[in-house]
Amino acid sequence: MGIENSLGDGFLTTKVDSLTNWARSNAAWPMPMGLACCAIEMMAFAAPKYDAARFGSEVMRFSPRQSDLMIVAGWVNYKMAHAVRRIWDQMPDPKWCIAMGACASTGGMHRCYGVVQGCDNFLPVDAYVSGCPPRPDALLHALMKIQDKIRTEHSTKLDT
Amino acid sequence: MELSETLQSVVDDLSENYSEHLIDVYQSTGDTFIRLQPDSIVEVCKYIKNEHHFIYLADILGADRFTSEERFEVIYNIVSLRDRERLFLKVWLEEEEPTVDSITDVWQSASWHERQVYDMFGVRFNNHPDMRRIYMPEDFDYYPLRKEFPLLGIPGSIELPSSTPDTE
Repeated sequence: MGIENSLGDGFLTTKVDSLTNWARSNAAWPMPMGLACCAIEMMAFAAPKYDAARFGSEVMRFSPRQSDLMIVAGWVNYKMAHAVRRIWDQMPDPKWCIAMGACASTGGMHRCYGVVQGCDNFLPVDAYVSGCPPRPDALLHALMKIQDKIRTEHSTKLDT
Repeated sequence: MELSETLQSVVDDLSENYSEHLIDVYQSTGDTFIRLQPDSIVEVCKYIKNEHHFIYLADILGADRFTSEERFEVIYNIVSLRDRERLFLKVWLEEEEPTVDSITDVWQSASWHERQVYDMFGVRFNNHPDMRRIYMPEDFDYYPLRKEFPLLGIPGSIELPSSTPDTE
C-alpha cells in the first residue's frame, strides 16, 4: 500500500487486466444472428422489460466489425452455416459466442439432413442456453456467465 | 363415387376424349384423384384448364411409393376458383430416371414446384425453363426425400465452413 500515498487524491491503482476485463465485460455488444423464433426472445432480452442495457449489452450491432458477442438464435442449416461463419470471422478479437436455444446448441427438433446439428460444429461456442425458445432471463443468465468468463481472462500480454 | 356436377363433367369429358390416357378415377378422404398416363399430362392439364376453368395450380407434390414398379408419383393439385372445386391429377413414374413433361407452359407457377420435386425426389421435368435444385446445394449428390435416404443425411456430403479463417 505504498504507492497510493505518493499519488495523492483522485488516483487509484489496479491491474491492466482488471481494467480491460471490467471494460470488456460491461460492454459486450451483441451481433444478433437471429435465424428463427429465438430471435423474438432475443429482442425481448434487449427490450425494456428484461433490459440488457443493465449489463451493457443493449447495442445490437448489425455490423460484425463493431460487435463482441455473437448470439446464434435459431437453427442453422448447412447453407446458412457458411454465412454465419463468415460473419464470425469478420468480428474483431476478442469475441464470444452464445448458442441460444435447443436448435443452435444441438439441432434440436430439426433432426434432419439440412440442419447443422449444433452450431458448435463450426463455431467456438462459449455458452449454451437450453429451452425452446429460452426465456429472455435465460439469455441474460448466459450473458452474465460470459461476463464472468471475460472477468477471469488474462487479456494483457507483454509484447516481447 | 359421389362426384359433384363439375367433377362429374370433367371425368365424363376425359373418358370421352382421353380414354386411352385415363388409368384410374377414385375418391379418398373427400378428394377426387385422377391417375393418368405420364406422357399425356400436359395435354390433359391444358384441356382441364381451358375447358373446365381449373385456372389455379395450388401445388405439385412428389411421393416415393417405394414399390418395385412405378416407384415415383407426381401429384398435381388444381383448383377451380369459379366452381370451388379441387382436383388431384397423378402420374406414376419408373424408378430409373423418372421423367415427366413440365407443365410450366400451362401454369407458369409450376416452375418452382417442379424444381422442388426434382430437388427432393430426382424426378426430372422435360422442357422446364430452369431445371436446377431449389433448396439443396447444386453439387449435392442425393435426393433427400427418397425413402432410402437416411434421416440425418450422409455425413460429409454437404461441406461445413472451415474453422480456420481465410487470411489473405
